[in-house]
Amino acid sequence: MLDLLFDPSFFASVPRFVTPILLAALGGALCERAGVFNIALEGFLLAGAFAAVLGSWFAGSAYAGALAAMIGGILMGLVFAEFNLRRGGDAIVVSIAINLLAAGLTTYLLRAIFNVTGAFNDAGIVGFKAIHLPGIAAIPFLGPLLSGQTILFYVALAMVPLLHMFFARHRLGLRMRATGENPAALQAGGVSPKRVQLWALVGCGALCGLGGAQLSIANVNLFVENMSAGRGWIAVVAVLLTRGRPWPLFAIAVIFGVVDSLSFRVQGLGMPQQFTDMMPYLATPIVLTALSWWRRRSAQ
Amino acid sequence: MKLGDGIFAREVVPWLAVVFWIAVVLFVLVELVSSDFGAAVQGFIQGAFGGRRLAYLMTTLSRAALITGMALSVMLSFRAGLFNIGGEGQLVAGGLVAALVAVLVPGPPLLILALSILAAMAAGAAWALLAGALQLYVGVPLLVGSLLLNYPIRYIASYLVAHPYRDVASGMVQSHLVPQATWLPYFPGTRLDIGILFIVVAAIFAVAYSHTTVHGYQSRMNGLSPDFARTVGLPVNRLALQTLAMSGAIAGLVGAIAVFGIHHRYIDGMLVQPLYAWTGIIAVLLVGMIPWLVPISGFFFAAIQTGAAGMERTAGVPKEIALVVQAVIILLVASRVSGALLSSSDRKAGGGGDA
Repeated sequence: MLDLLFDPSFFASVPRFVTPILLAALGGALCERAGVFNIALEGFLLAGAFAAVLGSWFAGSAYAGALAAMIGGILMGLVFAEFNLRRGGDAIVVSIAINLLAAGLTTYLLRAIFNVTGAFNDAGIVGFKAIHLPGIAAIPFLGPLLSGQTILFYVALAMVPLLHMFFARHRLGLRMRATGENPAALQAGGVSPKRVQLWALVGCGALCGLGGAQLSIANVNLFVENMSAGRGWIAVVAVLLTRGRPWPLFAIAVIFGVVDSLSFRVQGLGMPQQFTDMMPYLATPIVLTALSWWRRRSAQ
Repeated sequence: MKLGDGIFAREVVPWLAVVFWIAVVLFVLVELVSSDFGAAVQGFIQGAFGGRRLAYLMTTLSRAALITGMALSVMLSFRAGLFNIGGEGQLVAGGLVAALVAVLVPGPPLLILALSILAAMAAGAAWALLAGALQLYVGVPLLVGSLLLNYPIRYIASYLVAHPYRDVASGMVQSHLVPQATWLPYFPGTRLDIGILFIVVAAIFAVAYSHTTVHGYQSRMNGLSPDFARTVGLPVNRLALQTLAMSGAIAGLVGAIAVFGIHHRYIDGMLVQPLYAWTGIIAVLLVGMIPWLVPISGFFFAAIQTGAAGMERTAGVPKEIALVVQAVIILLVASRVSGALLSSSDRKAGGGGDA
């Protein structure tokens, strides 16, 4: 049973599930650190997934798809900025509205542009190709994990230390943290906190957009209504849990990726789909429970 | 005169701007599918308020009842400062349990109806309490816990009506029909089931609870100022759990009404796809949680949804336009609706367990 679950193709599938959650969560981390309470990651991700298919189909290139996905995510970020930062709407209310907007708009445009309902599956959608790393592929376990993935996975991996450095060293990263911790101080220093938050939202949109591209033009080559399927919410949980620190975020994204990919495997072994679909959402409270227990114990 | 001008500029102009922007969004979306705007508007009005013997208006009203019910459910929580966005899970738990009890338990119809509704309310309450327990005893913020619990129950319900309790002969993923004698009757001479009466009772109960009982007063106090409530020694944890249980029970009741009044069985996705719970949340937010305005905003959003379905039938405009318009409305009024209850900073983290 166990060797049925943990064969090389299992390890090869983990990154496919890690990447979207990780990218969305890293985007969420930008907002979290900059003091923007953004729980619209689900909507950002969905908009990215749709825009990726749109760009890839029209331009005939996966990179154009990724670019379009980033633009789609950024547009959602700008909507958030307009209504939350500029007009002063409550972040939770704006987030709920953006999640609805993304769900409605993607389904609407699916029918308006491609004239299909439910799913758009066409040979014209160009997906990302897997990149094979010659030396690494031979290593057991690690080989299939690291080699044969799409470029988006490597980008996501690289973003973890980059974002860590960004928060620790970069001027804008430091300003974002200052905005989150003490906006008045930043204001006194002559920097507009809202402008910094706008950049955080733009970055968040771009990263979530890439995460969406992973869903629609790397894992598969199609768009399905609501294909983000709650992954954005899991990313929100990861961000809240880690307070937006990149390395712990990475660990949590990997846990969810493993559970997600495990659930996909046991479905192949004949478990009803409903139970396997449930696994990531059950894993979340369990991980949270374990974490709180561990925290309490170490606090004593 | 000057005063009047000020009020006009402050109160009326922003609302005109909202109407203007919604019209722009609608126009662009309808043009995108190259439909006739006039025909679309006509289809919308017909679909929301018209139909033979006002059939569509009845659909709008019964949908409005469900949305208002969900709005009441979340309002109880919101006013107590509990950001419970798990109404969908509580609704599904209620609908599922109501249908299964009515299908599986034999007995006189009226008794079965009462039993199913009570079981549905208990199921909704239990699902809400689970989220509350996660917050109080494990430290999972309610905002997160209640939301995440929406998903497992959805899949549990889907599994139960897809495998053990499926009406296989129907070929659909759905339970068997509940006994016909338990169906909620229509109002005489209409096609509107009496489920709306249950919502009215629940609304009266909710308002009476909130404004005339000690518990209601204490939970509102807890919502307005958690620190104060704690300092004066209110049992804030017990209050939170009680409020959540009531929210969940109302959501469960709404699920039961959808089963006995509209679908007469549990169909996979029947409570999730129409986004009753989310529409309930935005219906409450739109009117800034003022109880007597909630039915009006519930009706308003129901009309948008049924009207959009009408637009799809007559003008070929995808009905998802309703979602977009609802989102745009909420965005445009977001700065005016947030209210004191949602914006306090300690709720930003979802009011964590140790907060």
